[in-house]
Amino acid sequence: MITRLATILVLSGLLGAGLFGGAATAQEHSALLPVVPKATGEAHPEGNAFMRINHMKLLRHDRDDTMRNGNRDIDYSLKECVACHVQTGADALPIPINSEGQFCSACHEFAAVKIDCFQCHNTRPELNETQALLSRPLPDAAALSAYLDEVTE
Amino acid sequence: MKLPALKTMAKVPDQINRRDFLKSGGAAVTLTLAPGITVMAFGGEASAAANPATRWGLLIDVNKCAKDCDACVTGCSVENGWKMGGNPETDAQWIRKVDLTNKQTGREVSMPMMCQHCEEPPCVDVCPTGASFKRADGIVLVDKHTCIGCRYCMMACPFKARSFIHEDLEDQKSYAPRGKGTVESCTLCVHRVDEGGIPACVEACDATGHGAMMFGDLKDPTSDIAIALASYASVGLRDDLRLNTGVRYSNL
Ligand code: HEC
Ligand code: HEC
Ligand code: HEC
Repeated sequence: MITRLATILVLSGLLGAGLFGGAATAQEHSALLPVVPKATGEAHPEGNAFMRINHMKLLRHDRDDTMRNGNRDIDYSLKECVACHVQTGADALPIPINSEGQFCSACHEFAAVKIDCFQCHNTRPELNETQALLSRPLPDAAALSAYLDEVTE
Repeated sequence: MKLPALKTMAKVPDQINRRDFLKSGGAAVTLTLAPGITVMAFGGEASAAANPATRWGLLIDVNKCAKDCDACVTGCSVENGWKMGGNPETDAQWIRKVDLTNKQTGREVSMPMMCQHCEEPPCVDVCPTGASFKRADGIVLVDKHTCIGCRYCMMACPFKARSFIHEDLEDQKSYAPRGKGTVESCTLCVHRVDEGGIPACVEACDATGHGAMMFGDLKDPTSDIAIALASYASVGLRDDLRLNTGVRYSNL
């Protein structure tokens, strides 16, 4: 348990430093840390640091609420995590969210965590959600170059 | 469809506040972490969660069920993403058609069989982990998160309603996750029912025009199904076991 906790603390500390403009440069960042793919949609009001440490508890709590009580109006739904956090490949189709380097495995590989959720839960959004992703407006030139600047910074 | 949960709340408005308050457990944490964020931002509409004042059930009119029709089976399989892949020994079957012939009279009938959503479910009695459970609104489910795949429930069920998943699966429906090593059965399309819908089998049966299946709240005396049950004779399968099944058959 102590080592696990240490992992989380180290991981969130390092990630925090990386994300919020610590001393690490882009190169050091990618060498030391898992690269977490960017999400679409609105960020969590709780903040990334909170989500990094607590997402498993939130998921477990809301899972039981849906399963046992039939509550469909939950805040931490696994299918919604997938919908926002899935990446699209060069073919514009969603990449399974648990494949190497993808959102639900980048950190887990780093921290040696194994989850079984995707034996049952789909690793990609449903087709209609995929279509919603595909029909997202393309970024305009200014946004695109700003994004590229940010990535190459 | 009438949602009893909403009806009750309309009568007792102060319960809404309490419910919203309870619902905001997660949001309260949020509040301290991120000041300025209101509880309501996370609340949303009260959902039609499993309500103990409700008991969902089915009434199947065997006379209206056509022998050569399996729309309900196809409807269920498409909705929930299970397939009969050619291995009848191990394939999942959430619902199947059963043909019966009365040897004395020669009368032939055909009817769908699925989890009978017992009030006293033997599958729940035998489950060692509590994965097999009955929701407050009478729907009998497997919580696959706690199922260890021991299959006691499959042996306990007098209706052979449950299946075990033998193979790795991919591309499941996001609202019907399924995976190797766990038991599953008809969920009465709980993901639809919770949102005010009806099960896929009933919808498919209606679409054929046969109208052999009726879904509704057995505890609401004004519901179509309760009125039909009060007006016509019906039976539960294996009534001798006194399981008080939530699925009933008329003209059997
Ligand atoms: C509405 C879209 C949306 C949903 C739904 C969503 N997220 Fe996020 N999530 C985001 C965004 C946007 C970020 C911020 C990403 C960033 O800062 O680069 C984020 C960040 C995170 C982070 C921190 C990532 C990091 O870089 O440290 C974690 C962990 C996380 N989400 C987990 C989850 C989990 C688990 C679920 C499902 C319960 C979920 N998210 C659902 C949009 C979403
Ligand atoms: C920012 C890094 C990060 C991301 C992104 C992330 N996780 Fe995690 N997750 C962790 C860490 C670290 C642990 C280990 C915590 C521990 O050991 O207690 C963990 C643990 C878990 C656990 C508990 C595992 C167990 O054995 O108890 C679950 C479930 C989980 N994550 C689900 C997810 C899902 C689903 C996603 C994708 C939506 C996701 N995580 C994305 C860092 C992350
Ligand atoms: C053996 C199959 C199985 C596994 C493994 C599994 N689940 Fe589920 N999960 C289900 C089923 C079935 C449901 C119920 C779906 C419904 O009624 O809509 C569900 C529902 C959920 C829900 C609520 C529905 C939603 O909004 O997404 C959450 C959250 C969830 N699971 C989280 C998890 C997490 C986290 C893991 C991994 C630690 C996991 N599950 C592993 C089968 C599984």
